Amino acid sequence: MNFAELELLRATTKESIKLRLGEEPSDNFKYHVLVCGGTGCLSIGCQNTLEALQKAVESQGLQDSVKVVVTGCMGTCEMGPVITVFPEGYYYCRVQPEDAEEIVSSHLKEGKFVERLCYHAADGSVQPRKSDMTFFKKQQRVALRNCGLINQTSIEEYIAMDGYKALAKVLQEMTPQQVVDEVKKSGLRGRGGAGFPTGVKWQFVLDQKADQKYVVVNGDEGDPGAFMDRSVLEDDPYSVIEAMTIAGYAVGANKGFAYIRLEYPRAIDHFTKALTRARELNLLGDNILGTDFSFDIEIRVGAGAFVCGEETALLASIEGRRGEPRPRPPFPAVSGLFEKPTLLNNVETYANICPIILKGGEWYASMGTEKSKGTKVFTLAGKINNTGLVEIPLGLTLREMVEDIGGGVPGGKAFKAAQTGGPSGGCIPAAYLDTPIDYENLSALGSIVGSGGMIIVDEGTCMVDLAKFYLGFTQDESCGKCTPCRIGTKRMLEILERITKGLGKEGDLELLIELANSIKASALCGLGQTAPNPILSTIRYFKDEYEAHIKDKTCPAGVCKMPRKGLKS
Amino acid sequence: MGAECKCNCDQDKKLDALFAQYKGNPNGLIVVMAAIQEVHGYLPKDLLIKTAEELGVPLSDVYGVATFYAAFSLRPRGRHSVNLCLGTACYVKGAPEVQAMLEKEMGIKAGNTTEDRRFSLDLVRCLGACGIAPVLTVNGEVYPRMTAEKVSEVLAKYE
Ligand SMILES: Cc1cc2nc3c(=O)[nH]c(=O)nc-3n(C[C@H](O)[C@H](O)[C@H](O)COP(=O)(O)O)c2cc1C
Ligand code: SF4
Ligand code: FES
Ligand code: FES
Repeated sequence: MNFAELELLRATTKESIKLRLGEEPSDNFKYHVLVCGGTGCLSIGCQNTLEALQKAVESQGLQDSVKVVVTGCMGTCEMGPVITVFPEGYYYCRVQPEDAEEIVSSHLKEGKFVERLCYHAADGSVQPRKSDMTFFKKQQRVALRNCGLINQTSIEEYIAMDGYKALAKVLQEMTPQQVVDEVKKSGLRGRGGAGFPTGVKWQFVLDQKADQKYVVVNGDEGDPGAFMDRSVLEDDPYSVIEAMTIAGYAVGANKGFAYIRLEYPRAIDHFTKALTRARELNLLGDNILGTDFSFDIEIRVGAGAFVCGEETALLASIEGRRGEPRPRPPFPAVSGLFEKPTLLNNVETYANICPIILKGGEWYASMGTEKSKGTKVFTLAGKINNTGLVEIPLGLTLREMVEDIGGGVPGGKAFKAAQTGGPSGGCIPAAYLDTPIDYENLSALGSIVGSGGMIIVDEGTCMVDLAKFYLGFTQDESCGKCTPCRIGTKRMLEILERITKGLGKEGDLELLIELANSIKASALCGLGQTAPNPILSTIRYFKDEYEAHIKDKTCPAGVCKMPRKGLKS
Repeated sequence: MGAECKCNCDQDKKLDALFAQYKGNPNGLIVVMAAIQEVHGYLPKDLLIKTAEELGVPLSDVYGVATFYAAFSLRPRGRHSVNLCLGTACYVKGAPEVQAMLEKEMGIKAGNTTEDRRFSLDLVRCLGACGIAPVLTVNGEVYPRMTAEKVSEVLAKYE
């Protein structure tokens, strides 16, 4: 395929999705019914809903005017199976197979939407269309632009949504330096956790002189409670593939690796299929689009080790070794995979690249806050009504996230804290709900944006127990290479276990803080350096809860089982 | 034992092809081991020795890799693989109670296989389906919103 053929393909495929974009199509379809085939919906039976819908469409003779499409996650996983009906964007939740006939006869035949299946907000109001839903109103979708809108593995639908336009632009009009400059201008920071400026990293790799360079995507996503990378890999794999290809051109690499964790079999499957399709259309492989640029990507499946998300461990794992981190420098940008300069970015980071190239770095930088530009995907989970996948401009407040988008805490319980950044992060208590979410603010509160997992907990959660949970996790996942992390986290866990059993002693908190600070200062990699964060942050905001465990031998949330009856307060 | 293949000669061919592809190349270690694990459900000793020889990796390194990654098992596994997610979202929504019930019903601690090899029980960290937590999978089939009460009903489906 060459540039002209790509544009021709786009022109024809564009017709097939116009209806979903609010434009007049020239084909005969009056409705597009999109059925969510994301992992959440899949596991609660969207397959049956899909079949029932297809059958109802046919039995009522609408197969020529109604198109049924399976897409990726639409965002509101808790309310699955979810379907959206275009052109208006009506949004139906918890659609069971028995609802199919009614949707077809009422909505698709007579144009009357089915109110009982629409989203009902916590205050009882009905929000029938996507555009009415508080869940979507404050969101802005860049990385997730195609998720839930197109067929997950269809390269045609991807191309229709301006897919491969950015690659064509780069190859035709831009020098590698210009590409890197555009990424720098965007202010995009790595979405894998540390928030390092992406353009600066690309520049480092571009500046290296070497016979061979590599581009790697980190699809390990080990942070429990985060699933945005999974969604992008499953629901929009081409956006990552196209961006990696652009990155290859920009930094001078002809080979890429996609490291995807084993626990994500569907992501591996979709990504593999997407690679094959891209090669078939000459969008990957030798002489891409007829130019002299060649680039290809190989998949490497993780083998179940959290620490392999750390960049140097990940590279060791691709090389077939134990995934143990090594000291930096040298940074992977200088000496990475097989000791060659390597550009390593997170999945979501790549997912932002094509829009930045197409709309310009300034456009991206116009969203967000002063030092945290653009949008960020969060996964809302835990004790919250609307669990799901959310992309917001940075700078929205935590309250908007929890109350407007998340729909509040279920069961009339009180919000207690938002845990962000997973095992490397901390908790933000109710007093800070009005804080705008960005890298600086969260870190000032002793937490981090991290990969974007956001777990909401209510008054029924014991913060000491939660800290113990995270420490158990990091202790389990420590690779054991360095002593502070291997032994230090073990000691901290033992103390927490004692405290939650009602055997805490005077001085335990001081000991925990002292241990935490020395581990932070001396561990070799990010896993050990951040492992104490959940403890430090819970001590900071919920000290009285620790003291109740230690002094009164009671668990205020009623989670920890205390052997000796404590003093009543 | 274990290395001879009972019915799947295709599978053995697949492994032989990988051995050929990565002959003398230590970088293929994890790829080859993952394939062995997939075919046999665990890593039989003679195949590990073969892997070391074919790829030119010291056996101690092969063992080091086998014990480092959670996906690899040196012991035969149960017929049905039960994975309970103990990621944060699942944890705060009651996965520990489900774990206690699973261990009680199977009579083993997580990380082990029942005597009759009917089940292996493992804890995993986040399956990426946190929206429908707590999540249990049996042979890859997903059971959303698990509770301790539903455990015996789910297990009864697997002989
Ligand atoms: C223990 C540990 C686990 C990590 N896990 C991940 C991960 O799962 N995914 C990821 O993209 N980055 C992870 N990181 C961060 C990576 O090391 C690296 O900074 C990141 O992938 C770089 O990409 P970015 O600049 O696009 O964020 C982890 C870091 C540490 C220390
Ligand atoms: S800090 Fe922990 S995980 Fe990192 S190298 Fe040291 S032991 Fe391994
Ligand atoms: S999986 Fe269907 S809405 Fe997320
Ligand atoms: S925490 Fe269990 S699926 Fe994510």
